[in-house]
Amino acid sequence: MSNRAIIQLSHITKQYPGVVALDDISLEIREGEILALAGENGAGKSTLIKTIAGAITPSSGTIGINNREYGSLSPAQAREAGVSVIYQEFNLVNELSVTDNIFLGEYKMKGLVLDKKAMRRKTEEVFRQLDIHISPDTLVKDLSVAYQQMVEIAKAIAKNAKILIMDEPSAPLTGQEVENMFRVVSTLKKAGVTFIYITHRLEEIFRISDRIAVMRDGKLITVRNTKDINEDELVRLMIGRELTGTYPKHEMKETDDIVLKIDGLTGNGLKDISLEVRKGEILGIGGLVGAGRTELAEMLFGIVHPERGSIAVNGKPVSIQKPLDAIRSGIALVPEDRKRHGALLHLSIQQNISIPSLPGLSKMTFIHSGREQKLVDQYMKALRIKAPDSRQLVKNLSGGNQQKVVLAKWLAMEPDLILFDEPTRGIDIGAKFEIYQIMTELVKKGKAIIMISSEMPELIGMSDRIVILRNGRLTGYLKKGEFDQEQIMRYASLS
Amino acid sequence: MALKVNVGEKIKKYIIVIVLFALVAFFSILTPSFLTVDNLLTIARQVSMTGIAAVGMMFVLLIGGIDLSIGSQVAFVNILCAFLIINAGVPVVPAILICLAVSTATGLLMGTMVAVIRIPAFIATLSFMNILKGAALSISSGLPIYGFPEGFNMVGQGYIGIVPIPVIIMVVVFIAGAFILNKSYLGRYFYAVGGNEEAARLSGINVRMVIQLVFSLSAFFAAVSGLVTLSRLNSGSPQTGDGFEFDVITAVVLGGVSISGGSGTMLGTVVGVLIMGVLSNGLIMLNTSEYMQLIIKGIVLALAVGIDCVQRNRVKVKPSAKEAE
Repeated sequence: MSNRAIIQLSHITKQYPGVVALDDISLEIREGEILALAGENGAGKSTLIKTIAGAITPSSGTIGINNREYGSLSPAQAREAGVSVIYQEFNLVNELSVTDNIFLGEYKMKGLVLDKKAMRRKTEEVFRQLDIHISPDTLVKDLSVAYQQMVEIAKAIAKNAKILIMDEPSAPLTGQEVENMFRVVSTLKKAGVTFIYITHRLEEIFRISDRIAVMRDGKLITVRNTKDINEDELVRLMIGRELTGTYPKHEMKETDDIVLKIDGLTGNGLKDISLEVRKGEILGIGGLVGAGRTELAEMLFGIVHPERGSIAVNGKPVSIQKPLDAIRSGIALVPEDRKRHGALLHLSIQQNISIPSLPGLSKMTFIHSGREQKLVDQYMKALRIKAPDSRQLVKNLSGGNQQKVVLAKWLAMEPDLILFDEPTRGIDIGAKFEIYQIMTELVKKGKAIIMISSEMPELIGMSDRIVILRNGRLTGYLKKGEFDQEQIMRYASLS
Repeated sequence: MALKVNVGEKIKKYIIVIVLFALVAFFSILTPSFLTVDNLLTIARQVSMTGIAAVGMMFVLLIGGIDLSIGSQVAFVNILCAFLIINAGVPVVPAILICLAVSTATGLLMGTMVAVIRIPAFIATLSFMNILKGAALSISSGLPIYGFPEGFNMVGQGYIGIVPIPVIIMVVVFIAGAFILNKSYLGRYFYAVGGNEEAARLSGINVRMVIQLVFSLSAFFAAVSGLVTLSRLNSGSPQTGDGFEFDVITAVVLGGVSISGGSGTMLGTVVGVLIMGVLSNGLIMLNTSEYMQLIIKGIVLALAVGIDCVQRNRVKVKPSAKEAE
């Protein structure tokens, strides 16, 4: 590792309407080092690496690579300068051979024909350098995920990549495969390749990185030498912010009315999940992206069928085959992706709110419009949906009001249990607080809530109890008063 | 922002009405006999077959599908009904009921292919386009069937007052369509499924059933249209309905029903049907050749879809309406 900066970011800011994704980031990446990028979900890590790869143009600031300064860097320029990104989703063509993939788009030619021999030779050479045994003629679809990842790395090396950015490379790998990947990384490091390594797994950061850059809310908090910092301090730096007192208080009544009981639920990437939700409580579900939180909600709402395990609502075992079954059992889902799964954007507020209730409001399929209007007015008022009238199209509403419309749709069905998947994503502060208030009112009325949240303060501020998932398993169970951010972070990211 | 959208939507809504009046004015100036009560009633009668089938086609387009089989459905129902009555000696009313039932069943089958097996609507209905046409040709050996009992032609050729009966049937179908679309929750489901199938499913809508229902309705209305045609021509021919799907799709799309699903109105469809009728009738009065008419109709379809696509893209480019309050 030399002290020469191979990448020099100065005052990089990236603004989206209403959000600052990167806030004045200045960072120097040294030639031949492994720099770990740490931070919570949504801290800005992905935006930052996309900026370095030229996939995102910053609103202001400059990027220097190898002493050349770029105001706007194109993906082609980034590749030219030696930057290569191994994304979580591989860019491989499954039906082609390893060699064809490595040279895809940049074939070696001999006159007018492909120089297959030369490409094959080069592929073998790269694999020899990496000490990996893959035949150049194997089709990519016949390789395991771990080997596909190696092909991605080989592809970068064959194109003379000097800077390799790896986004959660260990996520799809087994323990032994992770070791192999580490070995390849250190081989390449010795050969002078620089790494930017993103991972949620703290133990990996400490194992392979030279320095750690901590990001939070789009800001670069600090850069430390890995040997000068310990796990506790890193977790503290990642979480950083103090909990603000913006969460409405609610006293959970100790009841024994169990609304939902799931036992040994397995499938959709989850293994053996058992938990209970009581009347009048908010059960928070914490964990990292990909831990299986949304997958749990999908099974409870009948989007995906469980392989094993049982679900009981209000003491009665239920079989949930499709969303309609879940709705009939008194379960509602306010999904994470509001625009794709929650709201019918092209319809009006009224049409959205009444849609699940329509059969009950109709005779011979004909809607009793007076009753529909009454129902819609009632819930628009109850949830304080701000719009001139109920004929307004939902796509013209703010994120907060759209979320209220989705919620109103379900409340009109009078569910016993409401699943909230990231209830305040993409919603501004004021509306966020309103959503919290509505949730509190709901549990006061005896509803039960399961809330999935990646926002630590929200999870801690709103939940009565928290369960934490990691890699599809339930790894932690915390009661109010027992949980704090560090505890949750530990259960979520340490094995 | 909201105001602007409303103005835009209003213009979009009425532009086809303006186009209709412009066409009427254009042909009136060129041919004095165009704007007469007689000719207008003739136009209404000429469009009635298209109009009846357009309601079903509109439902299909609303859920984001397409039905290419309706032309063959018309031929099939023509031959089946003629065969039942003339060759098999089935009385008229049971024969008609059998035809409607069989056609609706083929629609249900297409709907099932689309909803359950997830075959694209384009392919499912394309295959039935051949199946139904082949069935019509097989039953009839490719020859027309005639010799209906006295009075069979009453529906197709008759009048109530000065209004042709096919026009009355079309108006009844339009009213039924408007009721299903606006007053029944089924119509609401069509819009929901067409606009965002996944969100519709997550709202508890039985999406499969909706798709099956819509294709069944499309086949049913095509069959009604085919039976009216049969009565009017008073003989069954396997060639009836050639190119019919084209006229119907063009009329519906012209009326502002989006080919990507989720938007469109009954009024628009009615106006689209009328525009197609005025255009055909006017071109004939101007002695435009049949070949030229095909070219013009082809251009009209491309224009109508083109306008829809341009509007759709513009919406996409526009930044989403104010995200924060």
